[in-house]
Amino acid sequence: MWVYEKKLQYPVKVSTCNPTLAKYLIEQYGGADGELAAALRYLNQRYSIPDKVVGLLTDIGTEEFAHLEMIATMVYKLTKDATPDQMKAAGLGAHYANHDNALFYNNAAGAPWTATYIQAKGDPIADLYEDIAAEEKARATYQWLIDLSDDTDLNDSLRFLREREIIHSQRFREAVEILKEERDRKKIF
Amino acid sequence: MNRHTWYRTYRPYISPMDPCPPIKVKRYSTPPNLFVGFQPPGLEQFPALAALKAGTLWKCFYDPYYSLKELKRGSENETASP
Repeated sequence: MWVYEKKLQYPVKVSTCNPTLAKYLIEQYGGADGELAAALRYLNQRYSIPDKVVGLLTDIGTEEFAHLEMIATMVYKLTKDATPDQMKAAGLGAHYANHDNALFYNNAAGAPWTATYIQAKGDPIADLYEDIAAEEKARATYQWLIDLSDDTDLNDSLRFLREREIIHSQRFREAVEILKEERDRKKIF
Repeated sequence: MNRHTWYRTYRPYISPMDPCPPIKVKRYSTPPNLFVGFQPPGLEQFPALAALKAGTLWKCFYDPYYSLKELKRGSENETASP
């Protein structure tokens, strides 16, 4: 069960009217290393991972939804007032044809989100290594988004999200260390 | 810890036949999580409000990313701590 707080994890302020940025930001919404993929990956893997690290996957998976909501807010603010012509000029003409100004789970190139982006191998180390890689890839994506954006307020929120990727990666690395510990190892086989 | 230590650079090969002006130095991020292992107890913390802004309670994990454009502009954000 979840409890919803009707506020963002970190404030989102967009100070320039630049719908093209929405086209890039959508990568973190419905892309392979985006927040949706992250949330669904962790909240699914947690069923078949040792008890010691279930809570970590639950916590981080939940936080990813808070990040998803921040990205959605950014995209929405950047596109809600865009005319069809402005959408076209921003490279979002194809998006408009399919979705009007609605958000959709696709990546920056328009490819719809797919479950093939994520994996649950059932092997705790394999799954945690995938999670660490996913966090580093999301961190890199935020770097490239900051590179593409000239909006200082937006970049402030993106920097917060990138910092959270660093912390998540750190915690997943610690989870690997916990599972490597030999305390519970069977001495007799 | 200086955040600039969280970045490394390398010099890619530049061909005399390259069509575009070369990028001489490439930068990549090596964030603090790569170096800590299991977090030891008693690390220095940000005050609560600063931690909410930084995105982490722990000073050693704070590593804000700035684009080269932002660094060149020397924006006030660049030197700001949370």
